[in-house]
Amino acid sequence: MTLLSGAQVHFLFQGLWWTVVLSVMAFVGGGLLGFVVAILRVYGPAFVRNLTMLYIKLVQGTPLLVLLSLTYFGLPTMGVTIDPLTAAGLGLSIYVSAYLGEIWRGCIESVPRTQSEAAECLALNWRQRLVHVILPQAVKIATPSTVGFMVQIVKNTSLASAIGFVELARAGQVINNSTFQPFVTFMLIAALYFALCYPLSVWSRRLERKFHVANR
Amino acid sequence: MRYEFDFSAPLTYWPDFVAGAATTLGLSMVATVFGFLLGVLCALGTTGRSAWVARVCNVYVETIRNTPLLVQIFIVYFGLASVGFKVDAFTAAAAALVINVGAYTSEIVRAGIQSINPGQLEAAECLGLSRRQVLTHVVLPPAIERVYPSLTSQYVLLMLASSITSQISAEELTAVANRIQSDTFRSVETYLLVAAAYLALSLVMRVAFWGASYVAFPRRRRTGTTV
Repeated sequence: MTLLSGAQVHFLFQGLWWTVVLSVMAFVGGGLLGFVVAILRVYGPAFVRNLTMLYIKLVQGTPLLVLLSLTYFGLPTMGVTIDPLTAAGLGLSIYVSAYLGEIWRGCIESVPRTQSEAAECLALNWRQRLVHVILPQAVKIATPSTVGFMVQIVKNTSLASAIGFVELARAGQVINNSTFQPFVTFMLIAALYFALCYPLSVWSRRLERKFHVANR
Repeated sequence: MRYEFDFSAPLTYWPDFVAGAATTLGLSMVATVFGFLLGVLCALGTTGRSAWVARVCNVYVETIRNTPLLVQIFIVYFGLASVGFKVDAFTAAAAALVINVGAYTSEIVRAGIQSINPGQLEAAECLGLSRRQVLTHVVLPPAIERVYPSLTSQYVLLMLASSITSQISAEELTAVANRIQSDTFRSVETYLLVAAAYLALSLVMRVAFWGASYVAFPRRRRTGTTV
């Protein structure tokens, strides 16, 4: 008895591919937006700082599933047509931007204040201080936790299945509906997710250890 | 793009929203209590003497932390049913959440245990305390106190993640919202209401955890240091 036919395996790997695509979309979109959030949160005027803080609190206090439902079911009723991939990419990007924004804010703020003061004394303007002094150091601090958060992104793309986007989890559901072997199917799906996430986890831990050695 | 918001239709369903919120809170409480116990046991396992137990606990933690909750819920609900353990959606959801949050708790508590100064353990041993006494009096209370803020955030995240159990038709807040939006066609309003409800719930949980810290850590209360 073969567990899965060739076509089903092919379908499964197509789902895996879309999970990867969605993860990359969420990371790039969320990263760009999150960078803006982090910069505004640290350097913006008081009003903008409070506004970005509110944005972060709002997004972090809402489940991703509700965010995805808002973008996928909500936008069309407001007259914007949107396909599942765009809706999922948009919802995930918003979600990711709040978390990465908050992580990166901490990293920017943990660069010693004296660094930017020294740069100011050297007559560097704000942009130069940011690009040449603050960010290179902040990026180093941020790398381990950012890689760690990538694991969350990959796992959270599974929720796109709820709005009908066929990624890995949805592919598993579809296959299960025809094979009626949920245990085997979902174990296989879990194993595939594990294969995506575990290397990232290990990488993040290794970066963290390296960072700690460097700062001992 | 002109859109007129009309919250009246979904708001007539307010008893359903309340019932859904109650289910969400119930799920979260069950998962918090049992997940905490499982996590502490697992953290003791990973830091304990037996290498074999530590390995088993590590495999559990890594497996759970590197797979999506949605798939874990499917395995518990559909998988167990297919091998003969038929459970209702609420039980399956609660079980999956406990298993999930147990792994995260374990990692957090492990960090707390490892932050205990070895001198404290040696002092306790010199006083003739048994291994059990060392754990319950010297290691665990300060370890948990130290990681309490992380645990709070983790359990609030868990409450938000419980929305995923709507996928196996556990009748919690998100599932209620899905039903109401398909009844009323007012999806934006419905999901905005639900988002507000989740925000309120996470605020309630944070306040509850903050209050609990004063009961659980009397030393803090005396010295007035905040958790």
